[in-house]
Amino acid sequence: MSALATNVRVVRALGMRSIRQTFRRPQLIAPIIVFPTILLAIQTGGAGAAINLPGFPEVQSFLQFMLAGAMMQSLMLAGNSGGIALAVDIEMGFTDRLFSAPIPRFAIVLGRLAGTAALGLFASLWFLAIGLIFGAEIVSGVPGALIAIALVTTSAMAVGGIGAAIALRTGSASVVQGLFPLVLVVLFISTAFFPQELMIEPAKTIAKYNPLSFIVNGIRDPMISGITASDMIDAVLAILGIVVLGLFLSARALRHRLRVG
Amino acid sequence: MEAAVEIPAWRANLATIAALMARAKNELLRVPGAAIPGVLAPTIFFLGLNGVFGALTQLKGFTTGSYESYIVPVSMLQGAGFTGAAAGVNLARDIEQGWLDRLLVSPAPRWVLLSGTVLAASARSLIPATFVMCVALLLGAGFPGIDGLFVTYFMVAAMAAIAACWASMLALRFKSQSAAPLMQAGMMALILTTTAYAPLALLQGWLYNIASVNPVTDVLEAARQGFVGSVTWAETWPGVLAVTGMFVVLGTLALREMRRTAV
Repeated sequence: MSALATNVRVVRALGMRSIRQTFRRPQLIAPIIVFPTILLAIQTGGAGAAINLPGFPEVQSFLQFMLAGAMMQSLMLAGNSGGIALAVDIEMGFTDRLFSAPIPRFAIVLGRLAGTAALGLFASLWFLAIGLIFGAEIVSGVPGALIAIALVTTSAMAVGGIGAAIALRTGSASVVQGLFPLVLVVLFISTAFFPQELMIEPAKTIAKYNPLSFIVNGIRDPMISGITASDMIDAVLAILGIVVLGLFLSARALRHRLRVG
Repeated sequence: MEAAVEIPAWRANLATIAALMARAKNELLRVPGAAIPGVLAPTIFFLGLNGVFGALTQLKGFTTGSYESYIVPVSMLQGAGFTGAAAGVNLARDIEQGWLDRLLVSPAPRWVLLSGTVLAASARSLIPATFVMCVALLLGAGFPGIDGLFVTYFMVAAMAAIAACWASMLALRFKSQSAAPLMQAGMMALILTTTAYAPLALLQGWLYNIASVNPVTDVLEAARQGFVGSVTWAETWPGVLAVTGMFVVLGTLALREMRRTAV
């Protein structure tokens, strides 16, 4: 078997393991799917009248606007959960066993990220289904839905890279878990839940430059208006930026972990 | 030989409750970091919701021009919900580690053991509530007045007791910290399916229907009244009735689980 095929098998096996782990433990799946769904329902019902505000983009309903935010929240939490699971593996010595196996180090991290990407894919399908069931229209149709799915999946993997880096660096599940509130902070200061023009300062200014805003706009636009090249490019560039940051931090953290043991 | 002095049962029970509350206080003093999520989460929600949904006050039918004032009691009650849920998680940990077994073989009645957990949660809930309120006041929320503050704190403490009963019931049923998301999500859903984001008239269909019958709506409106207007008995008594009703129901269920728990 070629080295590439072996690596693909390792990544697939570790990815499947991380997916199974998530679905077996309710405490891991709850933040990824249950909390964002509850928040989506409550925010849609509670702040739905916001679409009547002057300056709010033309949308069919607040649910249609909020779907991208819920996907964003879910993928961020999937990345965080992936980091927690990797840290648990480190604490329990499972990662050490993988380090001593004849497989490349990057495959260990990539396996975990493949699992996170699969959770991102699941989250995007989940929220698209919820949107369609409750009457939200995807304006750009199937291509728009596919773009949203692709952006959510790749973003989950990108964010998971940062979670993995922190897990590798600290080796502590509680430290990675402690980042949970930070995920919410970063989301609140993006356009995930409200149009940037209608936000209150300083969140308004921060949201303008927050990379998550570019990603969420890229997911949202095909749903509420249409596919625009500039929004897509911005979203892809933001994801690439997070990927590069995640790779850089993961590589450094991995070197550190191998050095200190 | 000197005859043993018999301590009245009520005094022994009070002493046990006080000891269990002191244990909860010691946990807080020895591991202060453990309290941070309970304080941080409602504060982040307050700051986030205010920054994101602050423009909602421009909608016709909104009862105040200050979203900080409108949303701060929600975050204070959320803090109470998280604190109550944390009490349940701690109880589940005590079950896992065998500490509860030791308490169960003691002569203390079951209701006394439950009261220690519940009252400690009530007392602890005042920490996140005070922190969130101070942040809100710094950002321009209106001071609720002494009477408004008293009503708000009463509602916060009562809500924490209710959350602790709910979480204890789940902890005793599942006997595992894995039930933590259920404890937290249940409270989060109960507190947010109210007039948390906007007045009843501005809520959308299904949420309007739920918020109309959710007893926590009355609790929230009672806690909020001082921040957005003046305190009246007409807005206070439904809240008092709601917390009493929820406490009786969830307290009974938690006690039932406690009585069914065998060593």
